[in-house]
Amino acid sequence: MSLSLGLSGCGDGAWNNPYPASEARAKTVYSAFTEQPKHLDPVRAYSSNEYAFIGQVYEPPLQYHFLKRPYTLVPLTSTAMPEVRYFDAEGAPLPDSAPADQIALSEYRIRLRPGIHYQPHPALARDATGASYLYHHLTPADLRGIEDLGDFAQQGTRELIAEDYVYQIKRLAAPWLHSPIAGLMKKHLLDFAELSERLAEAAPAPVDGVRPFVDLRTVPFRGAEVLDRYSYRIHIKGRYPQFQYWLAMLFFSPMPWEAEAFYAQPGLSERNITLDWYPLGTGAFMLSENNPNLRMVLERNPHFHGETYPSEGMAQDRAAGLLEDAGQPLPLIDKAIYALEKESIPYWNKFLQGYYDSSGIASDAFDQAIQFSAAGDAELTEPLREQGIRLATAVNTSIWYMGFNMLDPILGGDSERARLLRRAITIAVDFGEYISIFANGRALQAQGMIPPGIFGYQEGRAGLNPYIFDWHQGRAERKSIAAARALLAEAGYPDGRDPDTGRPLTLYYEAMDAGPDGKARLNWMRKQFNKLGIELVVRATDYNRFQDKMREGTGQIFMWGWNADYPDPENFFFLLYGPNAKVDGGENAFNYRNPDFDRLFERMRVMDDGPERQALIDAMTEILRRDGPVAFGFFPKAYSLYHQWVGNVKPNLMANNTLKYRRLDPQQRAEQRVAWNPPVLWPLGLLVLLLLLGALPAWQMARRRERSRAL
Amino acid sequence: MMAYMLRRVAYALPILIGVNLITFALFFVVNSPDDMARMQLGDKRVTEEAIDTWKAEHGYDQPLFINAQAGGLGVLTQTIFFQKSLKLFAFDFGASDSGRDIGNDIAQRMWPSLAIAVPVLLLGLALNISYALMIIFFRATYVDVGSVVLLVAMMSISSLFYIIGGQFLIGKLLHLVPISGYDTGFEAIKFLILPVIVSVIAGIGTGTRLYRTFFLEEINRDYVRTARAKGLPERVVLFRHVLRNALIPILTGVVAVLPLLFMGALITESFFGVPGLGSYTIDAISRQDFAIVRAMVFLGSVLYILGLILTDISYTLVDPRVRLS
Repeated sequence: MSLSLGLSGCGDGAWNNPYPASEARAKTVYSAFTEQPKHLDPVRAYSSNEYAFIGQVYEPPLQYHFLKRPYTLVPLTSTAMPEVRYFDAEGAPLPDSAPADQIALSEYRIRLRPGIHYQPHPALARDATGASYLYHHLTPADLRGIEDLGDFAQQGTRELIAEDYVYQIKRLAAPWLHSPIAGLMKKHLLDFAELSERLAEAAPAPVDGVRPFVDLRTVPFRGAEVLDRYSYRIHIKGRYPQFQYWLAMLFFSPMPWEAEAFYAQPGLSERNITLDWYPLGTGAFMLSENNPNLRMVLERNPHFHGETYPSEGMAQDRAAGLLEDAGQPLPLIDKAIYALEKESIPYWNKFLQGYYDSSGIASDAFDQAIQFSAAGDAELTEPLREQGIRLATAVNTSIWYMGFNMLDPILGGDSERARLLRRAITIAVDFGEYISIFANGRALQAQGMIPPGIFGYQEGRAGLNPYIFDWHQGRAERKSIAAARALLAEAGYPDGRDPDTGRPLTLYYEAMDAGPDGKARLNWMRKQFNKLGIELVVRATDYNRFQDKMREGTGQIFMWGWNADYPDPENFFFLLYGPNAKVDGGENAFNYRNPDFDRLFERMRVMDDGPERQALIDAMTEILRRDGPVAFGFFPKAYSLYHQWVGNVKPNLMANNTLKYRRLDPQQRAEQRVAWNPPVLWPLGLLVLLLLLGALPAWQMARRRERSRAL
Repeated sequence: MMAYMLRRVAYALPILIGVNLITFALFFVVNSPDDMARMQLGDKRVTEEAIDTWKAEHGYDQPLFINAQAGGLGVLTQTIFFQKSLKLFAFDFGASDSGRDIGNDIAQRMWPSLAIAVPVLLLGLALNISYALMIIFFRATYVDVGSVVLLVAMMSISSLFYIIGGQFLIGKLLHLVPISGYDTGFEAIKFLILPVIVSVIAGIGTGTRLYRTFFLEEINRDYVRTARAKGLPERVVLFRHVLRNALIPILTGVVAVLPLLFMGALITESFFGVPGLGSYTIDAISRQDFAIVRAMVFLGSVLYILGLILTDISYTLVDPRVRLS
């Protein structure tokens, strides 16, 4: 043990430093991932833990402005925002103001900036003449000694061209790649469904589990076409303004055909060298070490195309120092190391020791980190403030809600009785209390479906849900239980009793957290219904069975959430759009159908932001509040902690590529780590002393025994 | 001995088939192929068509055990169970449901598991034997009584407490070693210190109590009495006679667990961020990755059977009276 401790104590710096001393002053961000990413191929990846990596590597044509709010799209690899043209059914051009029902086709023309190059990669390595690729015809002999992508001696690059974007859009249609948005794109992209069928028929069968390379460049596709080396166009059926947001998502990143040709070669997948694990992009960083069992390392892409830090933002950004790096070439750091850290306790402790630059706040560490001021504002506790740690908060673009299955004979339907019953329950279930107990106050009670920061959200009294809340002394106050009981009686359930049986009305709650952690939440939910005299039976199950019930429409009451794909009200209201009913395979888990709402939704979704759209959103919100298929729960807040040496911190919940803006002061970090982690040796000395003191009488006894004579 | 070993290997086959069958049945009681597809494809916007394609690509589009539509042997062979089980017996674990090669992952992840398990085994053995011998030396004294109370207390404490306590005390308060993490090569040592110390301490209660029992059994034997009667000091009696004979059950017990060292320690690896096979199994269960779960259970069963065979062989080596036939 002493030897080991000695080894760990070698070198300068703190003994408990998990990183090599030589890296102490490097411009490296240290972070962690708690769950291994499943996919790093932009055609499949759709989770935040996957986007944390590939968001830095792949570049769709658009991105979200780092500082501007509400979230604003800006060009990334394109020279400008897409040029959108509309056509009628005969192919004749239409003006921008044309009614949506006349538009048969929308065309998005995108022009790329010339001179953007891919990261170094063996798939792009060419021989000395530049005529052929070095690693596109690998033999078993070539693969001897290759265990990792870094084992290939040569790497190459090439310029980004429009064909790479078109190639990737075709990949979305390839059935064997299982893109999660393939079903959605079939509805919107011209010829997409047909392309998918053509590919399914034409593609060769997999050999030993690996599908031979299918060169999608040769497959015609009217949905996305190359216009010239740097321009391409996408054809959308009808009008779909939200498509511009998809152009900022990684599904629409470029993919060079060489990547697929390289990774499809036999012998690579056995070594886990696949496109799903080794991305190839043009972004600010490249994945230089990919060991999801241990560590993922992103390093500066030497060919990055010279993007600079934004020079404009919101009014308060300059005062916050967020514009100090305006015009500086990105990225501002050289490397980011993400260590696998599954448990929250070690993660938290290492953050406090300075070994992670940022951290979220787990529930069990919340009291240690956050306290609430007299005004109810969250602020850091004294010890964390003394360490120079800073808190950044933001309301997530997501919602948690309690839903009623509108197909249910008791709670569902359009009758006034059911409407009043749902409203009474919605008043009784106090999400303010829920936030306080189960989320440490880290959420905002929802008055509608749209979270703050997204067009359509109404603040203050204008955004009040008058069916559930009253406006009192400048804030929303939930109506009293007495009011809820009155509604219940009006619905025909006085004191919560079923008039047919005379017994308490029994309702069923479908719970997806059957584990011990969920027990307190379920008990709380029962209590909310007890306030009305209603007996709530909890049907706890696992998430798979919960989803089954939702798909079959057999649940009654449930709690679920939605995280926005893009910052548009359409992405929230579509959860209640009639044709999207869950029982019909859509995302409307409430199975809610209201022709008025559906009509408004169909108008709203094709409109540009403006007063007219706001009016439609307000009308739709009013319908939802009146009908009450959903008890708007809460918008969660993200709390993040950052050390003093981390700069340019502004939560951006839509952007996935914010690592390039991060600034570091590694010198200060190195000094603080040493100051915060001095090795404490005296307890070891004390332990040795105690052992010696304990051993002394034992040794004396042993000597007495050895010298004693048998009787 | 060769005939005996061949017979044991033959016995192992039905055991492995049984284990595989039970794993398969238990897994599919709580997870359907549709659930697995949804887990891999994600929650959002997944269509039934995408689920069907995924199942077909991964071989989960057939019946579980019986294919009534197939003819002849196809009734049994054209099933998920048969197709997924057959290659296991050739140690071809295939790809995980997320597409990674399982054999490659196991080959990578067994080394961190061994890096913890081997020092824990050796240090734990040395420490537990030494402590048990000391207790025997001071038997029926305050050292004996105090030690037994201490050992029972140590046995009663959850291993999770040792882990969190160790991280808090040694990593957080004393700042002596990293709280968690792992690295390759020489750098790995500083990450191994804490998990090894914690695991050894957590095992003292059980190990020392067991070895104390072995030594107590030996200490009252006739040959020990004879040694004492010859005037040998107690120290010599203990080390030269009692220890040597008590080592037989100790070593055979150790041999039984040797192959299982590859399988790693589930909680320890998870809390210390060690990328071993224990955390690999836990992750696979939580991600409903049946291919990995099945491979790890199968591997565990094979290693357990191997351990039992090695135990039998070790008996013949340490005790000349035992013959395998």
